[in-house]
Amino acid sequence: MTQACAQARAEDVARAAYGKLLAMLASRTGDIAAAEDALSEAFLAALRTWPTRGVPDSPEAWLLTAAKNRRIDQARKDARLVVTNEVPEMTDVFVPDLDETLDERLKLLFVCAHPAIDVAIRTPLMLQTVLGLEAEQIARAFLVSPTAMAQRLVRAKKKIKSAGIPFAIPDVASLPDRMASVLEAVYGAYAVDWLEGAGDLSHEAFFLSTILADLVPKDPEALGLTALIGFIEARRDARVHENMLVPVPDQDTDLWDMAMIERSANMLSRAATLGKTGRFQLEAAIQSVHAARSATGQTDWRALSQLYAGLVKLHPTIGAVVGRAAVTVEDAGPAEALKLLAKIEGPETDRYQPYHATHAHCLSRLGRIAEAAAAYDKAVSLCTDLPSRRWLAQKVAELRQNIS
Amino acid sequence: MRYTFLLYSDPADFAHMTPEDWAREKEVYGAYIGALQEAGVFLDTDWLHPAETATTITLKDGEKRVQDGPFADTKETLGGFFAIDVPDLDAALVWAEKCPAAKHGKVEIRSSAMGSS
Repeated sequence: MTQACAQARAEDVARAAYGKLLAMLASRTGDIAAAEDALSEAFLAALRTWPTRGVPDSPEAWLLTAAKNRRIDQARKDARLVVTNEVPEMTDVFVPDLDETLDERLKLLFVCAHPAIDVAIRTPLMLQTVLGLEAEQIARAFLVSPTAMAQRLVRAKKKIKSAGIPFAIPDVASLPDRMASVLEAVYGAYAVDWLEGAGDLSHEAFFLSTILADLVPKDPEALGLTALIGFIEARRDARVHENMLVPVPDQDTDLWDMAMIERSANMLSRAATLGKTGRFQLEAAIQSVHAARSATGQTDWRALSQLYAGLVKLHPTIGAVVGRAAVTVEDAGPAEALKLLAKIEGPETDRYQPYHATHAHCLSRLGRIAEAAAAYDKAVSLCTDLPSRRWLAQKVAELRQNIS
Repeated sequence: MRYTFLLYSDPADFAHMTPEDWAREKEVYGAYIGALQEAGVFLDTDWLHPAETATTITLKDGEKRVQDGPFADTKETLGGFFAIDVPDLDAALVWAEKCPAAKHGKVEIRSSAMGSS
């Protein structure tokens, strides 16, 4: 086997199994940094030995054994004993039990989203420990310098070790809260979308959400989250046309990824059978209504309006209310939508661009053109996403043409 | 209205940065400048050599005095600025929030007093 081939094989194994192997190594000591070192040594050893001895039948088990030996070596060194650095002769002695490995990864996710870990670093920590992403890649997506990101990750791992954050599934009482923060952090990876292309993590986030849905298939919200991200991902190619945003109801459904939509719909109906509604399921259901346009040719605004009413009740955020107002324009009408917006108007909406864009849309539908143009101007000034900015600017231009 | 972002940071936070890190950092700022330009709000920017290279001059008290170093010795020093043109403070704030400098330092937002009555 050639060096290049062995390297490619090792890289494949790395990508597929990184989080699993890391979780298994770190769970006993709580030391993620040491486990990372041991694992990277094991990968190096694989690159040295696989080309001559051949790729073992179970490369994952080989890597795990090598990393464990490496860690034992390190522990002995720490105890000032003389040890050899030679990679031990290894056979595939240990084939990890599937259920056990799944559990270990879940524990790793719970560690990353522990309340004692700073909220801002939870998502980067998951991306690195579960998916094996380099600090540099993560830094690019979060718009910070690689050094700063690396330092923060190191600090978080030290904290995990020194504070003794347990690698364990939380007890029943705290499980819902902890699960919510895990889901939140995974969703956070998807929401990092500014300056798309600079370091787009959406595929990794989607992958993370599918892992999570695999790990806890009985959690309806985990299924809801992966369905939600899937629905949005399916529309990726239709979202922007000639550098300008295309709102979902205007998108060309031929550009949607139907396989992805179907998968998400399946996830969502599986979640529904578990009988516990939640925020991510409702948001996914909203996206599924949009997706249904590919079959029916029209948007069911009444259904959207009901789902948003449910979302606002369950998860009352400014974003949910604005989303509800936006669909209410097409259902109960712009006057009703304005009433919904009036309820949340205040300091929090001053700098919230979607509020002003939706407000402008309502005013324009009511024929209050000058006010609408002013509200669109405000929305443009607050918009840092360029395709959306162009779309809003075009709306203003159209309105101004109507006035003159 | 014209707003200036004054970018303050602690030089110690950048002490371990490698040339690759700096190249990456430049890319991050390049993307930000590109976004400001495309949005049509960009006016000017500069990135300054460290504060210890500063020279300070004053004629206050009727006598010219030149000092080697910054006028104030602070932990966080001025490292650069952005000048943008946006309608109001709300818009200035959303852009300042996206400024890479805000991630590891502080961004002071000041509106221009020039031409205002």
